[in-house]
Amino acid sequence: MVKYIIKRILYIIPVMFGIIVMVFIMKAVTPGDPVLELLPLTATEESKENLREELGLNDPIIVQFGKYVVGVLHGDLGTSYKTKQPVLSEVAERLPNTIILAVWALFIAQIIATPLGIWAAVKQNSAVDNIIVVFTMFGASVPNFWLALMLIQWFAINLGWLPSMYNGSLISWILPISAILVGSIAHTARAARTNMLEVIRQDYIMTARAKGQKEGTVIFKHAFRNTLIPVIASIGSALGSLLGGSLIVEQIFAVPGVGKYISDAVSARNYPALQGGIIVIALLCCIINIIVDVLYTVVDPRLKTTFMKSSKKRVKEAV
Amino acid sequence: MSKITTPAMVKLNKKTKGRHKETGNTPMQEGLKRLRKNKTAMAGMIIILFLIIIAIFAPLIAPYGYQEQSYTEVRLGPSLQHLFGTDHLGRDIFSRCVYGTRYSLPIGLICTLLGLVIGGGLGLVAAYFGGRTDNIIMRIIDIIQAIPSILLCIALVAILGNGMWQLVVAITAGTIQGMTKNVRAAVFMVRNNEYVNSSKSIGVSDFQIMIRHLVPNAVGIIVINAVGVVATSILTISSLSYLGVGLVAPTPEWGAILAEGKQYMAVAPHMVYFPGLMIAITVVAFYLFGNGLRDALDPRLK
Repeated sequence: MVKYIIKRILYIIPVMFGIIVMVFIMKAVTPGDPVLELLPLTATEESKENLREELGLNDPIIVQFGKYVVGVLHGDLGTSYKTKQPVLSEVAERLPNTIILAVWALFIAQIIATPLGIWAAVKQNSAVDNIIVVFTMFGASVPNFWLALMLIQWFAINLGWLPSMYNGSLISWILPISAILVGSIAHTARAARTNMLEVIRQDYIMTARAKGQKEGTVIFKHAFRNTLIPVIASIGSALGSLLGGSLIVEQIFAVPGVGKYISDAVSARNYPALQGGIIVIALLCCIINIIVDVLYTVVDPRLKTTFMKSSKKRVKEAV
Repeated sequence: MSKITTPAMVKLNKKTKGRHKETGNTPMQEGLKRLRKNKTAMAGMIIILFLIIIAIFAPLIAPYGYQEQSYTEVRLGPSLQHLFGTDHLGRDIFSRCVYGTRYSLPIGLICTLLGLVIGGGLGLVAAYFGGRTDNIIMRIIDIIQAIPSILLCIALVAILGNGMWQLVVAITAGTIQGMTKNVRAAVFMVRNNEYVNSSKSIGVSDFQIMIRHLVPNAVGIIVINAVGVVATSILTISSLSYLGVGLVAPTPEWGAILAEGKQYMAVAPHMVYFPGLMIAITVVAFYLFGNGLRDALDPRLK
């Protein structure tokens, strides 16, 4: 087990290296001269040349790349054009807010959606099932920025119950979390329903019924546990899309998180901030995926032996 | 020597092979029949066709031009003259939404198709050759996958700049990793079938095997998946325009119309309601169709 975890952690290295290469290529092809962005308009030609030398912009591209990698490894993600502050500290300041948003949304979504999905599957083709399926369909289709605006319109402007903007208080988290929650519930419930439908077609469920188990026991003891496995597997991708969704929702509710930081960086063409944000989010996604993969082996003992024996490839096939 | 036909041979006859026992239909015809009976799928398909017709005949359907401004009719609520009301420049929102079908739909479809060709090709090659080829392709996909796809799209548009082809490149890039993984998984299931091994043993080229034998047998899962990708692509396109990258105002893209309307939301909520509804209806239509398609074509759920 420990060997597997170490293997997974080591696997971050090539992935993150790939991300850094991608981000560096982005940096190399982005329009605009960073020197002009960082210095005031009145700067002399000499000070521009000095800064260019200092930033290593006169070096050959391969040396620049080497310096960039070394910089990133030392936590230097560049300097924000807008604030002239190091990107890393700016992102680090905002990261907790994004994590709170994503984790709460994920947590509430799992609690609501998993039972809904299972309920729908158990009563397949009934009225309940149809309602849940229709809800998940619409929930997955509504653009989250539109939903966020609608929530503001109804609960903040018309009813005046909740603040329309994030102001640091607990109550102002409700709308941002709800805005990304709906899509998440829809996707999770859909996945849970599909999984459950597959599980209740298995032979062991028929056996359990044949030996005269009560329906409740069959569902909860035999089927439910097996449904959890794919549900856990989907948490990784769900968190990924929540982090993506937070990009827009944070912007709308002015939540000071990484998502708002990135979308502000995009509209202000603040490339170092954008690149730094991408690296941090990618690292976060990698870490989440490792945790999910490890959890996965804990929940499904069948996979443990497969995981142990061989590398990633086997894992992928098993999944 | 006279030909002897036994019942068993009739069964194996090419014309009847794989056909339905009673109706004599091919599996494809059976699937289509089930699809036609599936109300949700049909509802989705009708909405999609309807939207395509709107896109084609937009100039005939829209009562006003999408850029036609009228300073005397600013921020009017919905009425008979202006079905969806007017915006802050007096432009008819209904007309703008009608023209909007000319952006989201074709871009979503084109990007999915491109993603299918590139990502699907990669997945096919990865699954068929396996081993090192598979490893290299999937490691690259792992790297792309570490970035949430909407973030990847935003980053690409930010570098490439705003515009139609830049948007197509970005959205396509966002679809590739999912396509690769799905096609790879679908092909994995069929690649060890006897007919593939037989083809190999009689010296059919790898390319031929992939195109003639693997793709047709995995096509169901791939198509079902692609329909879902169209839906998410349309959502991504509008999210990007909402953020002000990709297709920006005054382009009548739904996300862009919505972004223009949001500052007037408190006084003229209709400027936000309708473009959002258009996006939701379009995406729902593709999900409905995709779901119905899965129910009809997936033999496991019969």
